[in-house]
Amino acid sequence: MAEIDENLAQREAIEVDRSKGDFKYEESYAFDAGIGLSPSVVDYISQVKAEEPWIREFRQKALKIFEGLPMPTHWATTDLDNIKFENIRYYLAKGQKAVRTWEEVPDDVKKTFERLGIPESERKFLAGVEAQFDSEAVYSRMKEELEKLGVIFCGPTEGLRDHPELFRKWFGKVIPAGDNKFAALNSAVFSGGSFIYIPKGVKVAQPLQAYFRINAENFGQFERTLIIADEGSEVTYMEGCTAPKFETATLHSAVVELVALKGAKIQYVTVQNWSANVFNLVTKRGVAEEGAEVRWIDCNIGSRLTMKYPGVVLRGKGARGEVLSIALANDGQHQDTGAKMIHAADDTTSNIIAKSISVGSGRSTYRGLVHIPKTLKNCRNNTECDALLINEHSRTDTYPAISVRGQKNSVQHEASVSKVSAEQIFYMMQRGLSEGEAMSLAVNGFVNDLVKEFPMEYSVELKRLIELQMEGSVG
Amino acid sequence: MPDSLVIKNLNASIGERPILKDFCLTVPKGEVHAIMGPNGTGKSTLSKVLAGHPDYSVQSGSALLDGEEILGLEPDVVARAGLFLAFQYPSEIPGVTIANFIRAAIVARQAKGTPFDAKAYYAELYAKMDALKMDRKFTARFVNEGFSGGEKKRCEILQLMMLKPKYAVLDETDSGLDIDALRIVSEGVNAMRGPDTGFLVITHYQRLLEYIVPDRVHIMWDGRIVHSGGKELALELEAKGYDWVKTELATA
Ligand SMILES: Nc1ncnc2c1ncn2[C@@H]1O[C@H](COP(=O)(O)OP(=O)(O)OP(=O)(O)O)[C@@H](O)[C@H]1O
Ligand SMILES: [Mg+2]
Repeated sequence: MAEIDENLAQREAIEVDRSKGDFKYEESYAFDAGIGLSPSVVDYISQVKAEEPWIREFRQKALKIFEGLPMPTHWATTDLDNIKFENIRYYLAKGQKAVRTWEEVPDDVKKTFERLGIPESERKFLAGVEAQFDSEAVYSRMKEELEKLGVIFCGPTEGLRDHPELFRKWFGKVIPAGDNKFAALNSAVFSGGSFIYIPKGVKVAQPLQAYFRINAENFGQFERTLIIADEGSEVTYMEGCTAPKFETATLHSAVVELVALKGAKIQYVTVQNWSANVFNLVTKRGVAEEGAEVRWIDCNIGSRLTMKYPGVVLRGKGARGEVLSIALANDGQHQDTGAKMIHAADDTTSNIIAKSISVGSGRSTYRGLVHIPKTLKNCRNNTECDALLINEHSRTDTYPAISVRGQKNSVQHEASVSKVSAEQIFYMMQRGLSEGEAMSLAVNGFVNDLVKEFPMEYSVELKRLIELQMEGSVG
Repeated sequence: MPDSLVIKNLNASIGERPILKDFCLTVPKGEVHAIMGPNGTGKSTLSKVLAGHPDYSVQSGSALLDGEEILGLEPDVVARAGLFLAFQYPSEIPGVTIANFIRAAIVARQAKGTPFDAKAYYAELYAKMDALKMDRKFTARFVNEGFSGGEKKRCEILQLMMLKPKYAVLDETDSGLDIDALRIVSEGVNAMRGPDTGFLVITHYQRLLEYIVPDRVHIMWDGRIVHSGGKELALELEAKGYDWVKTELATA
């Protein structure tokens, strides 16, 4: 363990510091769909992107579905009622085409990403990067050798236009527009995000990364991601996100679909550090075919309200699904997160480990769903939910919802709630740590065993983000 | 006195209940002072009050560490000023390894931005663990979690040796230690004795004081020191028990 920590220390130099997200340069946008949502806003977006008629129809249909669905407030939180859809700007972009060198990125936008450390991490450990600024990617580049192998890494507009034979088949199939109100909204106004195809047998060693930046206030970011890993291929995708602190509510509502074909492996890592007034309402789901593996690593540190339950549909024999999640709800935040595992074939296994930390008036909720029907055999699920409360007012709830039928399947479920006691804090402070340092040490200890599973660069970053949150939480 | 820990007329309570009553004691650097006294007289309370524990309130008095007032300071500030407390009941910190914990404590004492010399740190840590006959595997164990009573106490002394405070208060470090451990731990403390460190050793047993030979022995009774003497006082106490002190107090 000591050795691992030394590695961490050495890697600290190449860290992407998302804690520095709270800054903003003034921008002007060439493309602006105006304020509010209507069929003509949807048409504007489709027209700007010069989309084929079927996509425009897909969007308009989704808008109708969105309008017809009620808010899911009855089960989560009434805070969703505070989203004023009529006040939001649905599309803001400076241009339509992502450039391939940082030199070509407009200076002010480049400055933003440099401050966030994106070009530097690209140089040091990434196979490809896409940087999205409000509605569109401004920069997108992948290593040439991957291109030669046939790997595709682009946005949805290019993906659906240039490679319909690959992407159209799965687009909107893992998560149909009608899945939930926010998936419908995304389907109507989506822009930006990553469309990735990994050809058969190609194993991408370094991660591909997307970085999502919201710069505009009263804005909604609706990126759309579809990753297809063909038979026997492997890929790790990482996403990060920040926004400056806003006075008014801002919306981030993504849809992410993953398809792992026979024997493929997809690992999807998120470090969400939105500022405190961002509603983060994201639908994420993967399909795992025979012998395939989909793994979600999901860390939610920021935002005002996050509702996100990454899922895996285990469709092929022997498929594996995993969700490792960490949520930190600081004062005034609500992290409503969880996981869904739908077993649909024999010999499938799923693993969920969710750790949440509630600080001050922060609230964290675990919401899970595990489904194994009676007709299947040899399916296994393991679910572990651990909550840590930092003080009296914080709150945690667990709704595991596990339905496992049939004699030949097994499920294991553990849940725990622990507290950082005043005595523990005193003990650590007696060794010279400030209150904030003591709390972040306790929190890092709590998530430690899970973080070890993460790619190195992200575990360092996460540790730093936790420290920042804990230090900010003491007077 | 600049080179001493000077406690003067300290009155402290928990809730409404007074525990320390005009407590006075001076521990000069370079000396080892022992406090003995029956259960519940306020020995641990004294150590917690000095360390700035939030549960206790101080009504009056002062505690000067090399001339600087430490009462009223945050616990971490007192610690960094040079006071170390080896706890009678150390807390468990799940998920935090001993190596990382001590490292964090050292980093907290360094100026911000000072690079951490990990190699030198581990060399020192291992040397001190060897001296305390602690298995090196302990570095990867979580602080006090699942430790036996004796292991916890050794871990306290390891921290003491790594952090090198100006003054150390050892609260019943001997309880829970077997004979061998008592000797090893005492050797650790003795190795730290020197002109730059003052010790306040709280114990119930004379046996510890055979290993860590004190310069002064104080008897604490009902929140204050009622009798002080040389190391032979501990023997006297062991032979006669506390009744003798009680009688003496009654006749005084
Ligand atoms: N947190 C607390 N809450 C209530 N009472 C306390 C608390 N801490 C100490 N006391 C009381 O204060 C008195 C002194 O306790 P203290 O622990 O200082 O005694 P001690 O001399 O260290 O005893 P021992 O030799 O048993 O360790 C005791 O009566 C104890 O019950
Ligand atoms: Mg005691």
